[in-house]
Amino acid sequence: MNTGLKAKHQRLVLIGIAVAVLIAAGLLAAWALRSQASYFYVPSEMVANPPEPGQAVRLGGMVQAGSLKTAPDGITINFVVGDGDAKVPVRYSGIVPDLFTEGSGVVAEGRMDANGTFAADTLLAKHDENYVPRELHDMTEAQKRATVEETTK
Amino acid sequence: MIAEFGLAALWLAAALAALQLVAGALVLRRDEPGLAALVRPAAVVQGLLAALSFGALLLLFVQTDLSVRLVAENSHTAKPMIFKIAGAWSNHEGSMLLWVAVMAMAGGLIALIERRLPERTLLATLAAQAFVSLGFYAFLLVSSNPFERLSPAPLEGNGLNPLLQDVAAAYHPTTLYFGYVGLSVAFSFAVGALLTRQVTPDFARAMRPWVLGAWIFLTLGITAGSYWAYYELGWGGWWFWDPVENASLMPWLAATALLHSASVLAARDALRAWTIMLGVVAFSMSMIGTFLVRSGILTSVHAFAVDPERGSFILALLTLYIGSALTLFALRAGTVAEGERFSVTSREGALVVNNVALSAILAIVLVGTLYPLLTEAFGIKVSVGPPYFNPVSALFFMPMLVVLAVGPLLRWRRDSLGRVQNEVVLVGVIALLVLAGVWFNTSIGLLPLLGLALSVAIAVGSILPLKGRSLRRLPLAVWGMVVAHFGIAVALFGMSADSAFTKEKLVAATPGETVEVGPWKVTLEAVEPVAGPNWTALEGVLAASYKGGKPKQIAPQSREFWSPVQKTSESALLTRWNGQLYAVIGEEIDGGRWQIRLWWKPFVTWIWYGGLLIGFGGFLALLGRVMGDLKRRSLQARIARRRRTAADEEQAA
Repeated sequence: MNTGLKAKHQRLVLIGIAVAVLIAAGLLAAWALRSQASYFYVPSEMVANPPEPGQAVRLGGMVQAGSLKTAPDGITINFVVGDGDAKVPVRYSGIVPDLFTEGSGVVAEGRMDANGTFAADTLLAKHDENYVPRELHDMTEAQKRATVEETTK
Repeated sequence: MIAEFGLAALWLAAALAALQLVAGALVLRRDEPGLAALVRPAAVVQGLLAALSFGALLLLFVQTDLSVRLVAENSHTAKPMIFKIAGAWSNHEGSMLLWVAVMAMAGGLIALIERRLPERTLLATLAAQAFVSLGFYAFLLVSSNPFERLSPAPLEGNGLNPLLQDVAAAYHPTTLYFGYVGLSVAFSFAVGALLTRQVTPDFARAMRPWVLGAWIFLTLGITAGSYWAYYELGWGGWWFWDPVENASLMPWLAATALLHSASVLAARDALRAWTIMLGVVAFSMSMIGTFLVRSGILTSVHAFAVDPERGSFILALLTLYIGSALTLFALRAGTVAEGERFSVTSREGALVVNNVALSAILAIVLVGTLYPLLTEAFGIKVSVGPPYFNPVSALFFMPMLVVLAVGPLLRWRRDSLGRVQNEVVLVGVIALLVLAGVWFNTSIGLLPLLGLALSVAIAVGSILPLKGRSLRRLPLAVWGMVVAHFGIAVALFGMSADSAFTKEKLVAATPGETVEVGPWKVTLEAVEPVAGPNWTALEGVLAASYKGGKPKQIAPQSREFWSPVQKTSESALLTRWNGQLYAVIGEEIDGGRWQIRLWWKPFVTWIWYGGLLIGFGGFLALLGRVMGDLKRRSLQARIARRRRTAADEEQAA
């Protein structure tokens, strides 16, 4: 683009560049989303069709009553997340969220390790009485019933 | 009584907005002086009425009038006063009322002071402003009346979500709202200019202070929100790419682009249609942000309204505004003549790079934010986080930052890199030296490494425009640019240093035990119960010593609120100039051992210092522009007066 260009041509060139960059950004975003988005699983899906070990995913369900154990180091916990049909063991190191207890809902972010344990980086529990993690809102009816059964036992 | 007064004021304001819209639109079609004279006063009075209405709501919250549903649901007599006041806008209805009140006051201010634009363009602008605010009035009056009474009145209120009982929460939403509203003003200016085909440098100059103001508020709002998330959530992170955060980042990206393109239009009469487009996009992003945050489509502390009717209402407004603005743009953009030309190596050229890169980043953030909502419609739940946002946006951020280091040195219209050869080489060599120095001494990731090198290069590059200029005579707007760009360097340095050098320790400690994290030795001295006005807590007393120095005490807490019942953990921070020690206390394990999580975060505070500097730079520029405008106006008035007296004298003679 030298100054010999007419104003009209310069405008076209500018539009062309802007559109090309935006399309490139869009394509890049689409490609990156396919490889980087982390999918949400409930335990039955995770057991039936496990994700690749090491791939970042999210696991949501209820913390099974009686499954919560603290390791001797005092900071690693092991527990089991279930949805009534299947169960997945989870390991987490850190301070648990304030509303994390046995029998309540949890969403764990992390990955499966080679032994079939879900290694969580982050735990999201209910924020408070009014804010249930979105994923737990719409479990299937069967899962919900099972969950209610478990939590009211 | 106060509630009824507030509601009446709101209805009247809505009626005046309707008048303002109809009168303004009619004048556009045919020149009618009688109608035209109505528009400005209508805007001013509308602003006053909306402000009164919001004032009434504030008063209700201060008095904790529990017969008003909104107060009963969100306040409590035992709450500290500051949170009673903040409670007025920490809920759906109140925040919408605040939005419309600020917007109406902005419209009134334009009507009072703006004299630079052609009158028709100004009236079209005010009509567009009324069009936007009418939607919000309808929203408030139809589906979210903040003044609704409750009968019988309860004896005590529900209280406010403890996460929101925080000083940052008191001003963070207001700053963001001022930003959103400022962009709605920019939008109205753009629509007004497009309707009357007056896309001129004067239009850019009239719009610029509003964009600048909006941008300052957004910058400060994002900075405050980021710091809030950092210390309140207790996760040690300062940015999570949470949809709610993105909802504030997207308008900021658009506003940053708009700010720079408006400068090109004001100074050089180029990038006309592009500036209009950005004005429309920036406001669209505010609306999308409001929709995402307030509709309840996302679950977060920000989503007050989990009421599908309200979500649909905001969505309808959003579609109406964006749809009509884009249609207007499609119809009219072709009739906007091309602006002035410029060469690639020029200030304009550099700013085009800035604009295109910011738009690309905006697209990336928008796609990443909306994608999970889209897939969920098809029953697939995904979440998109840092592994997507960080590298993909960095691909466009990095080249933009490279251009930022040298762009401000270039002249308008036409320049050559040869003229600024020495400066470019200096900046480049510094960047390479830092790169090599860090590379050989540490093993950190690629992005933090590039970030560190770029931050130093930008810091140097941002000061270079001062070289050879008289510092005393330098316009404030230039100072603003220098300070804001320097702030970007500071913030970037903080981000890179934090992600490269953070040290973390997670232990279960017995009182008396000492933990080492980075250069710190931290001793757990005791765990004690404490109580506040509406909570009780367990407090860990920690003594932290930096490199063997005198220990200082910090005390993270695990708090239990009793209205509403909720547990939160309060992190404790120890700030030095070169970073922060961050401590969180967890639960007691098998009697006597306490979970403690510690972070040493080098230079993390620089992120927010940088944010403040960026905002302060914007403030300097705004001050410079407004003072310049005022000076010019008083000068013109004096010339006019002198001419008149001269003419009078001539007549007398």
